[in-house]
Amino acid sequence: MTQSGIRHTFDYMSAITLKVNGRTHTLDVDPTTPLLYVLADDLELRGAKFGCGLGQCGACTVIVKGQSIRSCITPVETVDGAEITTLEGLGTIQKPHPIQKAFIEEGAAQCGFCLNGIIMTAKAFLDKKPKATEAEIQQAMSGVLCRCFTHVRMLRAIKKAGQEMAR
Amino acid sequence: MRNPIRRPFRNKLRNRLKAADEPNLTPDALAALRRAGFSRRSFLKTTGALIVTFSVAGIYETAEGQENFAGGVAGSPPLNEVDSWIAIAADGNVTAYTGKCELGQGIATAQAQLVAEELSVPLSRVHLIYCDTSMTPDQGVTSGSQSHPANFNRNNLAQAGATARQTLLQLASKQLGVPVDQLAAKDGVISATSDPSKKVSYAQLIGGKKFDLKLDSNAKRKSPSEWTVLGKPVPRPDLPALVTGEFEFVHNVRVPGMLHGVVVRPPAVGATLVSVDESSVQGMPGLVKVVVKKNFVGVVAEKRWQAMQAANKLKATWTPGAGLPSHADFYDYLRNQKPTRDTLFVNSKDVEQKLTEAATVVKATYHHPYQMHGSMGSSCAVADVQGGKATIWSPTQGVWHQRGSSAILLGLKPEDVHIIFVRGSGCYGINGADTVTFDAALLSQAVGKPVRVQLSRKDEMAWENYGFAFVMDEHAGLDAQGNIIAWDHEAWSPVLGNRPGYGTPGNVITGMLAGFQPDPFRPRSPAPEPTVFNNNGNLVPSYVAGQVGGMPYGTGTIKSERAIIHNIPSPFWTGPLRSPQRLQNTFAHESFMDELAARVKADPVEFRLRHLSDYRVSDVVKAAAKTANWDPRPSPKPRQSKTGVVSGRGIACVAYERDNGFSAMVAEVEVNQDTGKVSVKHVVLANDSGPISNPDGLRNQIEGGTLQGMSRALMEEVTWDDQKVTSFDWRTYHTLPLGFDVPKIEAVLVNRTDVPATGAGETAITVVAAAIGNAIFDATGARIRQVPFTPERVKAALSEVS
Repeated sequence: MTQSGIRHTFDYMSAITLKVNGRTHTLDVDPTTPLLYVLADDLELRGAKFGCGLGQCGACTVIVKGQSIRSCITPVETVDGAEITTLEGLGTIQKPHPIQKAFIEEGAAQCGFCLNGIIMTAKAFLDKKPKATEAEIQQAMSGVLCRCFTHVRMLRAIKKAGQEMAR
Repeated sequence: MRNPIRRPFRNKLRNRLKAADEPNLTPDALAALRRAGFSRRSFLKTTGALIVTFSVAGIYETAEGQENFAGGVAGSPPLNEVDSWIAIAADGNVTAYTGKCELGQGIATAQAQLVAEELSVPLSRVHLIYCDTSMTPDQGVTSGSQSHPANFNRNNLAQAGATARQTLLQLASKQLGVPVDQLAAKDGVISATSDPSKKVSYAQLIGGKKFDLKLDSNAKRKSPSEWTVLGKPVPRPDLPALVTGEFEFVHNVRVPGMLHGVVVRPPAVGATLVSVDESSVQGMPGLVKVVVKKNFVGVVAEKRWQAMQAANKLKATWTPGAGLPSHADFYDYLRNQKPTRDTLFVNSKDVEQKLTEAATVVKATYHHPYQMHGSMGSSCAVADVQGGKATIWSPTQGVWHQRGSSAILLGLKPEDVHIIFVRGSGCYGINGADTVTFDAALLSQAVGKPVRVQLSRKDEMAWENYGFAFVMDEHAGLDAQGNIIAWDHEAWSPVLGNRPGYGTPGNVITGMLAGFQPDPFRPRSPAPEPTVFNNNGNLVPSYVAGQVGGMPYGTGTIKSERAIIHNIPSPFWTGPLRSPQRLQNTFAHESFMDELAARVKADPVEFRLRHLSDYRVSDVVKAAAKTANWDPRPSPKPRQSKTGVVSGRGIACVAYERDNGFSAMVAEVEVNQDTGKVSVKHVVLANDSGPISNPDGLRNQIEGGTLQGMSRALMEEVTWDDQKVTSFDWRTYHTLPLGFDVPKIEAVLVNRTDVPATGAGETAITVVAAAIGNAIFDATGARIRQVPFTPERVKAALSEVS
């Protein structure tokens, strides 16, 4: 396969408009490409991560229309034009979102690879129910994994952030 | 607080580099190098250290102890030179180089604290650079609870800091005309204690210049009573970037012109490649190349999705697999394999005799499955191999090892391979990091362009180097007073491959597929008698004397002892998984100790203390029991209902590797006797790792180790059919999710400042399975001897009681 061969494949691609963290991007991509690869490779965003590619672990979570979704199994064409929020869209180092702030304060990380999935899942949940009980938080986080098992601190941080968000 | 570690302080130096600094690198590699950092040479140029020939050696005597610091592979900065570890720039900022990398365990923070402490500079002025073969000394692998022993005692990084501070004081003494004992160092400035206006800064003394000194073992370390930075709960500096998505994992490395590779693994264990039909993917969008090297197959494409689709569509024909032993009968299979490689750890040669004299003899067999690292992110690496040179961004735990084995794999000279560690997903031992580094290197070499490879979930989980399966027979005799008089431990465990080290790429799947052999299996039976005491696998129980050559090296009182392991070839790849062997053996020892206590109706805590001779193990047992309000009585708990939910408590302890950390855990559990479900409600973990560098980091390790241990004890097991592994994703390999009923965890930190620092990352996890199993016994009277404690196995154990 030569480089010139590749150029003939653009009919395979189509223009997709993504609204990510308030910015609009128009991209020529294979519309079946999972959203994660567009975010990570084309837009070079670091928040959403490939953990399993199967929608099982949560590392790729982004928020679309208030719902946390698994971007590794979401074809990009299905979110054409939709508002997408990634971890980068929550806050910055200088001005972190209450959840991000709580994770920093609680020292709630080891390797940190899962943090995107934890924080984005918690964000979508707490937006709807900031005054959640511990049992409700556990239920909401039951589909997300952390293999360093930083669970104690993460659950504490989520609860703390909820209290902050409810104020 | 400000970030004390800016690894590799890219923001500061990114713009200072010029292409001419690295004439041997390709433009793409150079650009990426700028992104990732720069070379050591570049850094020294910016600080002037290579240009200025200034030496302090003439005024400073370094007579003794230098030979202790030599080491490292050829090409590594010498371990006995201060300049290999510490550089003070013209502005007074300190750069420290280390071969122990941040994997998520917090060691970067602790090392920065160490350097700030020994040099008396603010933490914010210390930059730590770790694990880059162009800059950092070869310290082997960041693993095995060895980072504290290597760098925090009287050697390596710690001693480099102490030597540097002492040298700076001597320089200041000469410049100020004040004796050293009348000088004090603070915040990078040395002043006379009697007249603080007499002062000179480190920058003025040596900024931008080399120390040109050997490490001095006599240079005085600060004592823990003087510490102002070490010993404090300094927060992790990487957290703000991690929680906001700014942090660069190896998964985020992007090199100009980078392509994407996907590997095609065999469909069965032992299958070999017959043919690849390249026409099956001809014309696929973005496809660059189908790569075949012996049994190694991969595709490279312009985009990740294109490469994945091409790999999926590629028609490769393989032979059938070699066939796998039955999963259901695997433990019997292990016990009966011949030939074996036998190793004796202790052998008093009177165990059989003592057992015949015993008033009571107890036997039990324990089983532990293969378990996997199962990293959250599948492993990833980026390699740029062209023109006979390689630059590789890798999450490997050992960059110098990786440099050597990659060079062999690629047919290059080691000095032409540059390995840059970039953090991957938490690894807990040898996950897919090394193998994916080889994948990226092979694919990049084949296309002559930078290639990124991230393994699929299945390729990660089906082919990683699993934690060892174990069969363990415990056999002990007790006298009429209920004291143990003889203990025999015999284990069987399969092995295949390992870390690739400097020169064995065949120790992981990629290297073997590409035609390299793993470490050969060397049968040996009978085992030779032990000549040195080695308890690195915790094969020797804590309660025996550990006699070798007539001297007791163990932590216990029982003099009649034998511990032997029979290793056999494994059908699956194996390698270190957090507390390798130590966890499995300790599960058996500590469960069995509980069985012995129950047999003589002794309290499990008192029974342990009675047979321990080492105060550090005894003290963590006492500390855990005290904090847990341990109720002294024999197990099982009296008058328990035989149905519904019952509760109980259990204890387990370990002298990790005999002398590399001590921990004891009390676990309180609830067992639903109708469903077999076990819930851990409360855990107390007492830990002694010597002087504590960072109590918050230590607590984080204890909490994580405890819960990871719970997941392994309750859920985790590698499974297979007659051809292939069948646990290859999170539906088939089970782990405790974030939202499970997390127990209350209390960490009791025993801070000993008069002993060397030990490891702390593996002490907690080692005792979890036994503590839980013993608590299940206390609650129900049912003994569970096989990990994981699934509801089915718990119910089966319960049915044996009734």
